[in-house]
Amino acid sequence: MCLAVPGKVLETVEVGVSRVAKVEFGGVTRQIYLDFVPEVQPGDFVLVHVGFAISRVEEAEARRTYELLEQMGALADEGLESGGGDGLP
Amino acid sequence: MRYMDEYRDPSIARSLAARIRARVTRPWVLMEICGGQTHTIMRYGLEELLPREVELVHGPGCPVCVTPLEVIDRAIAIASRPDVIFVSYGDMLRVPGSRSDLLRVKAAGGDVRIAYSPMDALKIARDNPTRAVVFFGIGFETTAPANATAIWAAKHECLTNFSMLASHVLVPPAIRLILASPANRVQGFIAPGHVCAVMGYSEYQELSGECHVPIVVGGFEPVDLLEAVAMLVDQLESGRADTENQYVRSVTALGNRGAQQRMAEVFEISDHRWRGIGDIPASGYRIRDAYAAFDAARVFDTGQIRVEEPAECISALVLQGLKKPADCPAFGTRCTPEKPLGASMVSSEGVCAACHAYRRHTA
Repeated sequence: MCLAVPGKVLETVEVGVSRVAKVEFGGVTRQIYLDFVPEVQPGDFVLVHVGFAISRVEEAEARRTYELLEQMGALADEGLESGGGDGLP
Repeated sequence: MRYMDEYRDPSIARSLAARIRARVTRPWVLMEICGGQTHTIMRYGLEELLPREVELVHGPGCPVCVTPLEVIDRAIAIASRPDVIFVSYGDMLRVPGSRSDLLRVKAAGGDVRIAYSPMDALKIARDNPTRAVVFFGIGFETTAPANATAIWAAKHECLTNFSMLASHVLVPPAIRLILASPANRVQGFIAPGHVCAVMGYSEYQELSGECHVPIVVGGFEPVDLLEAVAMLVDQLESGRADTENQYVRSVTALGNRGAQQRMAEVFEISDHRWRGIGDIPASGYRIRDAYAAFDAARVFDTGQIRVEEPAECISALVLQGLKKPADCPAFGTRCTPEKPLGASMVSSEGVCAACHAYRRHTA
């Protein structure tokens, strides 16, 4: 229920009292309300829940987190990890 | 998909698991609150990556599971009226009430429809001006702003045929309840990232200070959850009890002010009954009097409904981390996702259903 999915804002328009966006999720587009993220612009990534964007995904932060994690992955590749499960697909 | 696939990288997950193994010196019990996080943990078998010292127990954060039985019965009573179009998030349809469920109301000819967003229900109301359209608005703080907006927009548009049967619950009072139990085993919490995207995490900082419990705001991908566990183990091993934010890409300390303001405009904090757990003070929202015309509980008189849970269901104990689904004699036999006894077997985010689906019967 509380699942929220990141998507990319393609374009925005005013509909009545709300601003809505066409947001792309891996090839599928949906109309999403921007009431809570009035600052977003086309090209931004937003986190979407039940038809509303609830936050803007900080691209720099997402990249930084991933790079940090990737460095750790590189350490693991150098044999510094002690094994592990294979539960991940 | 960008911002998702990266966080499912197996080599990163294994290196995080190695970091946890290297740090841990004694047993710790951690709880993830959110049913979405429970689902990820089960789906990817994350518990199998963790050292045996780290035990995960699964919390009450499935809104479908904790919606009180009497509210389900009220939904069924309203949905059965011939003048009503009843609109609901899909996963509520199979939730058992005391005698029936919404799917059976639909099968018997009731106009019960599934919507992805509360704004879809608003559109149905606009398109059907002679019918009463009732939306079943349930959820935690993540969903409450969207539900509040549907009510706010209906008032703004002067729609007279739209109302909401609302049942909204709040996470921090549930954490307080779990910590206050004399039987509590939980030593650290993964706070729900999407709830915190809306609310921020100042309430959790207060909880950490008051109850001396470490809390990490966590995301929903395997790597997010393993990193959150690693951060909690770091804190526990070094004797710290702070609130930290793992889900920095989507959560800020203050959360989303616009969403908070919209909720405060339409809802006020109230005592709330949680299915399986009971009454928790100041743990939910009710619709403010200014919006009473949009409150289905006040628009439709369904009388006083007070019902008891099936005696055999132990979901109250499961949702507080005191028992595991496999401890229940009915689990997988008299209670299955096809024929659920209690609500935590219904939604795919319910802990019993997640354990059952991924055959994690010891989890």
